[in-house]
Amino acid sequence: MTINSDLPIHFSALHRLQWEEAQQKYVILYPEGMVELNQSSAEILKLCDGSKNLTVIVAELEAKFATEGLTNDILNFLNVALQNGWIQQS
Amino acid sequence: MAGSNNLNITSPRWLLAELSYKCPLQCPYCSNPLDYAKYTEELSTDDWKRVLSQARKMGAVQLGFSGGEPLTRRDLPELVAFARELGYYSNLITSGYGLTEDKIIELKQAGLDHIQVSIQASSQELNDHLAGTETFLQKQQVAGLVKKHGYPMVLCVVIHRQNIHQMPQILAMAENLGADYLELANTQYYGWAHINRDALLPTREQFLTAEKIAQSFKETVAGKMKIYYVVPDFYEDRPKACMNGWGTTFLTIAPDGVALPCHSARELPGLDCPNVKDFSIEQIWNESKAFNFFRGAGWMQEPCRSCDEKHKDFGGCRCQAYLLTGDMFSTDPVCSKSSQRYRIDAAIGSARELALSAAEKPLVFRNSKNSKQFNI
Repeated sequence: MTINSDLPIHFSALHRLQWEEAQQKYVILYPEGMVELNQSSAEILKLCDGSKNLTVIVAELEAKFATEGLTNDILNFLNVALQNGWIQQS
Repeated sequence: MAGSNNLNITSPRWLLAELSYKCPLQCPYCSNPLDYAKYTEELSTDDWKRVLSQARKMGAVQLGFSGGEPLTRRDLPELVAFARELGYYSNLITSGYGLTEDKIIELKQAGLDHIQVSIQASSQELNDHLAGTETFLQKQQVAGLVKKHGYPMVLCVVIHRQNIHQMPQILAMAENLGADYLELANTQYYGWAHINRDALLPTREQFLTAEKIAQSFKETVAGKMKIYYVVPDFYEDRPKACMNGWGTTFLTIAPDGVALPCHSARELPGLDCPNVKDFSIEQIWNESKAFNFFRGAGWMQEPCRSCDEKHKDFGGCRCQAYLLTGDMFSTDPVCSKSSQRYRIDAAIGSARELALSAAEKPLVFRNSKNSKQFNI
C-alpha cells in the first residue's frame, strides 16, 4: 500500500487531528491512543482534506516555506501515514 | 515517607471516569474492588463537569467513560457533549447491554468518538455463563450498529482459562463483525480476578498456543484490523511498566469521586486517596499524598533501587506487589530478580494442577451479594 500521486488524499474519519494547547503541538487521536506530531508532519496532514493530491500538497508546502525539493520527504511521510491508517485515498 | 514533591511532575494525559459501579453483568474477572457494593454514592453531573474541565485544563485528552456500566448513568449524553466541547477524545467502554440504536445515534450527535464493546467469549453459551447474564446476541447486534453509525469499532475480549481455547473462533468473530481494533486482554489478576485466579489462569502451554495463533492472525489482517495484545505478566520475567509510571499519565476517578493513580489503587493501605469533592484536580495531581506516593524512584527497595532497568518498568505494579507479598514497596514479584518470584510460580503451579484435574473450582461472580461478603 503506497501513495498514488494522482489521487486526492483525505484524513481518516476514524482518527482526529487536533492542536493540543497543553503540549503545544498537533496530535492524532484514535481509540485509546495518541501520536504526537512534529511541525512538518502536522503541516502535511492539515492539507489532506480530500481535495488535494501529492503534487498539489508539495507545491503548497514549497510555496509556504519558500523552498524546493520537498517531494521525497513528503512522500515518505505520507506513505507512513497511509500504512498507519491516518490518511486514505479513494 | 515515599515519593517527593520536588520531581518534575508531568501532566495527566488519560482520564478514566468510572461513572458508576452498577453493572448488569457479573464477570468473575472484573477489575472493580471486591467491596464495591459499599460505595453507593455517585458524583453529580456538575461534579463530573468540574472534573472534566479541570483535568482538560491540565492536559488530559484521552477520556474513558467506564464503570461498572457507564450506560446506567442517564446524564451520559450530557457528559459526552460537555467533553466534546472541551476537546477530549471520548471512549465509551461498555458491555453493550441496553445500548439501543437510538442511544448510539444520540451519543454520536453528542460527540462520542469511539465505542468499545466487550464480548466474553465466541459462543453464546460461554459468553452468557461468564457474563452471568444473557447478553451474547445483543452484543453482536450492538457491534454491528456501532460500525453502521461510523464509529471506530473496538472489540474487547478478556482472555483466561475458560475461553482461551476459543482463540481461533474469537479472531474469526472479530473479523466477521468488522472490528477496526481487537483488544485481546489477558486477565490481570486484581480485584475479582485475584480471588478467581485458580480457575482463570491459563497454563503456560495454553498461553503459548493462543499467543502463536493471535500473532499469526495479526499478520493476516495487517492494514485492516489492529490488534492490541495485553500480555499476561505472570508468564514474563520482567514486570509491566504499570500505568507508565505512578502519577505520570493516568488519572482515575471512581464513582464516589475518589481520585486514584490507577484503578486498583483503592486496595492499597494508607494512601488516603483524595476526593474531587474536597480538592481540585490540580491539587490532587500535584500535591496529594496518594499521587506522590510512588512517584520517581525514591521509594524503591532492592533489587529495584540499584537496578539498571528501574526507569523502564518503574518497579512494576504496586497493587500486584501488595496483593502477593503483603508489602506494597517490594519489587513486583513477576520480576525474576525478585526474591519473591516463587509466589508467582506457586500461583501458576496451583492453577495448573486444577486445570489438569477434573475438578474445576466454581467461579465467584461479581455481584452485590458476593461483594457484601467483602465489606469488612
